[in-house]
Amino acid sequence: MGYEFIEGNEAIARAALRSGCDFFAGYPITPASSILQHMLELLPAAGGTAIQAEDEIASIGFCIGAAMAGRKAMTATSGPGVSLYSENIGLAIIGETPLVIVNVQRQGPATGSATKGAEGDIQFTRWGTSGGLPIIALSPATVEEAYVLTCAAFNFAERFRAPVFLLSSKEVSLTRERVDLGALELPARVERARAAADREYVPHAFAEAREVPAFADFGGEHIARYTTSTHDQRAFLTSDPTTIQRMIDHYEAKISGAEQELTLLKRDFQEGAEDLCVSYGVTSRSVAAAVREARGRGRKVSSLVLQTLWPVPETALRAACAGVRRVIVPELNMGQYRREIERLAPPGVQVTGVNKMDTTLISPREILEKGGLL
Amino acid sequence: MSEAKAGSYLSTETVPLPYCPGCGHTVIVSAIDKALQQIKPDPRKTVIVTDIGCIGLADRNFTTSAFHGLHGRSITYACGLKLARPELTVITLMGDGACGIGGTHLLNAARRNIGISLIVANNFNYGMTGGQHSVTTPSASFTATTPFGNVERPLDLCATAIAAGAPWVYRATAYDKDLPDALARAIRQPGFAMIDIWELCVAYYSPRNDFKKADLLGLLNGQTMRFGQLADDPRAEYSERCRQAYQAAGGALPPRREIEVRHAHRLERQLGVVLAGRAGQKIRSAAALFAQAAIASGLHATQKDDYSITVMTGHSTSEVILGKERIDFTGIDVPDHVVLIAPEGVKQMRARLATLPETSTVYADQALELPATRARVHRLPLAEAAQKTGKTSLGVLALACLLEHQGMFPRAALEGTLAEFLKPELAAASAQAVAAGAALARTIAAS
Repeated sequence: MGYEFIEGNEAIARAALRSGCDFFAGYPITPASSILQHMLELLPAAGGTAIQAEDEIASIGFCIGAAMAGRKAMTATSGPGVSLYSENIGLAIIGETPLVIVNVQRQGPATGSATKGAEGDIQFTRWGTSGGLPIIALSPATVEEAYVLTCAAFNFAERFRAPVFLLSSKEVSLTRERVDLGALELPARVERARAAADREYVPHAFAEAREVPAFADFGGEHIARYTTSTHDQRAFLTSDPTTIQRMIDHYEAKISGAEQELTLLKRDFQEGAEDLCVSYGVTSRSVAAAVREARGRGRKVSSLVLQTLWPVPETALRAACAGVRRVIVPELNMGQYRREIERLAPPGVQVTGVNKMDTTLISPREILEKGGLL
Repeated sequence: MSEAKAGSYLSTETVPLPYCPGCGHTVIVSAIDKALQQIKPDPRKTVIVTDIGCIGLADRNFTTSAFHGLHGRSITYACGLKLARPELTVITLMGDGACGIGGTHLLNAARRNIGISLIVANNFNYGMTGGQHSVTTPSASFTATTPFGNVERPLDLCATAIAAGAPWVYRATAYDKDLPDALARAIRQPGFAMIDIWELCVAYYSPRNDFKKADLLGLLNGQTMRFGQLADDPRAEYSERCRQAYQAAGGALPPRREIEVRHAHRLERQLGVVLAGRAGQKIRSAAALFAQAAIASGLHATQKDDYSITVMTGHSTSEVILGKERIDFTGIDVPDHVVLIAPEGVKQMRARLATLPETSTVYADQALELPATRARVHRLPLAEAAQKTGKTSLGVLALACLLEHQGMFPRAALEGTLAEFLKPELAAASAQAVAAGAALARTIAAS
């Protein structure tokens, strides 16, 4: 098997194709545009459809329509575009639409710095639409991880009938790296469970709140229904409080109740370590270098790298925080995920952030110095 | 399923039609049903797409599939459904309010000629939220938000759609006897079809303006708007055009090339290299070729570029890291080697050059003015040498000079990479640039 020298955005596009993605709509935005270009080049040969939409609202609207007609759909943008996706993200959640949304993060707020990296959309991803229902989000640190986690994102979208975020950043998406995609261990491809053709279709059928309803394609064997309004299991508008709460409990439990299945992370624990670094995305690479150096100086340090950011891998985080004195959380934002660690860390465990938003990466040296690992 | 009357596409079994007595929406919904009864499409292959507004409540009464989305965005879902399954009959119902908030989708669906039909239930105000004025509210008329009369001009939806390229456009009133026929023709169109149906909102617009059926025709007075068939100029539908374009372009792209490890590197520790110049100097592709040659020598490599958002002006720098092991941190705190080939690059690197330690090496074109630095500096006639091999080969030439001088991997790896990854005409010039760069490196050794 030979190597390739590719950027993260190409890996994301190719992983989408490998996952069976056959619909893409996007609107140009740095640093996500090359995903749109790759998909426009790659999808027709695979029998799929890619289109540059008139704006981000149309991008995600096209994707939701296509996904409900049975396609595996993906869209890609950056923070400003996610702002415009916001209302439709809520629709995809309550419509139970399998959809992969790539956010190639750049320096914000607002237009910010188009060509500069950041990881500032972490809580925005979680709370980015009205109503506050849970969402799934994965974050790659390398080009190879961008490939693997795109495959995982499609699988989760299909498995849970839900929108799934891939939280990339300019630093992963536009950095080229040596990769050997053929040598990667990839999850087996998952397809959404389809409703039996010989029974009446109920669009949001579940008995237990956690169950993921079977799916019928618009244009398939069933009459299908879909609605943005508060609805019952048949997707008819309802104002019955009991029914409404039951639906909300379903959306909540479907994601939050699947924490174990949705948890993807990497542990590098050291026996007797008093310090634990918790990191994600491109910053976790600086942590790896910092931890190596700290250990070289005789310091005992553990590292937990989260690939799943939402839902919060609470069980794994609680376990990792127990037994250490200090948790260091370096982030390319002003401390967004640290608040999750603070609420999970046992009493007495100190939680320290290493934060900046000056568009440059947090270096291993900054983690060693500001994290108190020297 | 809940088909009430044989052949009808409407059902009131789950919910009754929700409209006020005398509302034009009831008339339009009934006319759509009659149109569908003419066409007799498979209800499973038919989707009524609606959004927010009173007309958006109607999808619940159709026995077809139904999709009810965000305010003003029904066209986007309709296009997604149609692009995904071109065989579907996709009918979009929008109010005049939705035409305002979602106007861009109307323009673009028309322009692209995506094969959906758009039925606008146009009652000149927002009925669902209390009768506020919309983009189609006639001038001087009264609504909840035009207490002194509307000072805005109404949008001519049909003229707008035609200007945007809609091939089939029709204007009717809800009370036209032949409305079902017109609707059936709209729904049957293979391309984008829009029908703008004027009607009464008995809750708000009519009482506030003493507006009756007979007044609908009167609205045309003093305006340029007309009723009837306003455009009927079919052309190939969007998905069909996509297929044609793809086939005409020769189909799939050529397969991508992988990098075989054919050489052995001589690198002992991770190395950070910065190539800095100006836009147009092919900095990024030179850096990528250099990194690919390193990979062909068994090394790991990363590359980060920095350039102005207007890509043809200003600086362009590429940072390449080479390593025996997997590279973690992709930034370069202290570059081991800096290669400078234009003033813009020097300017961009100024602060970093000032802090370079003695262990770093700078390879700079001899014509460049450099800030003070503790690094070892080699000033070379790089640009002069590149005049013979082509302006865009300067980056490759300069990196070949670095490579020859430092010897982290064989020159043959770079030569092989250029031959394999560049077009033949570029590869020849680049091979000469490599030879010229290597020759300059030997002058350093000699001195």
